[in-house]
Amino acid sequence: MSSHDVMPEMGLYQPVSVEDAVGLASQLAERGWLVGGGQDTYGWLKDRAKRPEVLVDLKGIESMRGVRETADGIEIGALVTLTEITRNPLINERYALLAQAAGRVASPQIRNVGTLAGNVAQDARCWYYRRGLNCYRAGGNLCYADTPEGMNREHALFNTSRCVAVTPSDTGTALVALEAQMVIRNAAGERVVDAEEFFVGPNLDIRHMTVLRAGDILTAVRIPAKWANAEFYFEKVADRNVWDFALVSIAAAMRVNNGVIEDSRLVAGAVQCTPRRLTSVESAIRGKARNQETADQVASLAVQGAQPLNFNHFKMPLMENLVNRAVRGHA
Amino acid sequence: MNPKLTRRRFIKGVIASGVAAASTSLWYTASGQNRPAGAVERLLTINVNGQTRRVDVAPQETLAHTLRYKLGLTGAKLGCNRGECGSCTVLADDVNIYSCSTLTHEVKNKAILTVEGLRAADGTLHPVQAAFIQELSPACGFCTSGQIMSAVALLKSNPRPTRAEARQALSGNLCRCGAYDHYLNGVMRASGQLS
Repeated sequence: MSSHDVMPEMGLYQPVSVEDAVGLASQLAERGWLVGGGQDTYGWLKDRAKRPEVLVDLKGIESMRGVRETADGIEIGALVTLTEITRNPLINERYALLAQAAGRVASPQIRNVGTLAGNVAQDARCWYYRRGLNCYRAGGNLCYADTPEGMNREHALFNTSRCVAVTPSDTGTALVALEAQMVIRNAAGERVVDAEEFFVGPNLDIRHMTVLRAGDILTAVRIPAKWANAEFYFEKVADRNVWDFALVSIAAAMRVNNGVIEDSRLVAGAVQCTPRRLTSVESAIRGKARNQETADQVASLAVQGAQPLNFNHFKMPLMENLVNRAVRGHA
Repeated sequence: MNPKLTRRRFIKGVIASGVAAASTSLWYTASGQNRPAGAVERLLTINVNGQTRRVDVAPQETLAHTLRYKLGLTGAKLGCNRGECGSCTVLADDVNIYSCSTLTHEVKNKAILTVEGLRAADGTLHPVQAAFIQELSPACGFCTSGQIMSAVALLKSNPRPTRAEARQALSGNLCRCGAYDHYLNGVMRASGQLS
């Protein structure tokens, strides 16, 4: 009988402790594939574009669930679903930026099972790569998107290096804005990586979008108290309001005192392979009033240095407008 | 024509016999090779529609496949099979999920509810089903079971949703006929907000 769900034959492990999962991950290495919610995974497998031999389902690991208060902020288990994030009182009260970003991911059903770790660790959505073509990112020697005929409407404006794919993560931009830290376990122990360093561009490693390597497990995300209860702005523009990935998104956290911006973090999504910090805008608005006038002055800084491809010039004014809205503080 | 042999019954019969043949031959021969030691136990006991069902489930098998081709519950449809269209929506512990994008092994400890399990024992339809009929919600009907399950999940957590909340809750279910407003009318009626 044929397989109606078109899933390929493979093994499945369901460890219940991080130690067992780390053991499996390092033992299986490239042959294994870690699964959280699986919403990025099963498409790859059904299309035969990636062919791991064994799945390691992490959802049985209780210690990777739940949201905890720590001495400096909160720690969110890697397996916390996006729906749980949108409903969690602690996150909504102090880090509403993350709740807003999580609420704009995909569809309700995907948010119900999709995890925070999966959302930040998901692979590029460039359809040439996704189709299983042997492009740079897949280990080949060619980019199909960055050609005169390539359909690159959704692709990058900045920091391309052979590959022009963009980060597909909505929560990634919010986590970089909040100066989150990623807790990663492997056989050698635990390491903590700043969210900004967690995402890597093609100039550093064209085969990976994050620092995670075979054998690594992202076990938790920590958000420091630094930006708790700050003023936040999140907006995502996509072709469709549901399911779709961002064309451009913006996540901003600001400390505003008497209407004056004291400090800020502005991060744009879907304009390069990693969430893009807009440091020139951040320094330009420091000490300025948070109003339309300031927004009009600084918004164009955001797109300086952009190198659009054939079909994505529209992302430049789009990005500028989103930055304008984020700085003035309303849509 | 034999009135008892409806199209639906005929298709179900074919499916059931296909499963019987497959479970004794191809599944085992195909899966015997290259299986790493320590993989999950295939023979599962899962709770579907309040019943305990024993079923042989391959490690990579999706819930949609198990429901449709092993348990004969064809209410969950395979539309896109990529977690986009929502026609395969079922509930796992009262949460709506895409059964095409869930491994059966992932939900083996959860209570699965499909559209077949909504009807009361005496045959009374679920309020959402009754309301969808009254509001003429479905057009072609292919997405309907998924729309029903998303609506049921919504009303379990939010018995009196606003129309905007209902729209959001059903946004993971596509309708090729574009009957969205009719489904929303159905949700509002099922929640007693439409007279």
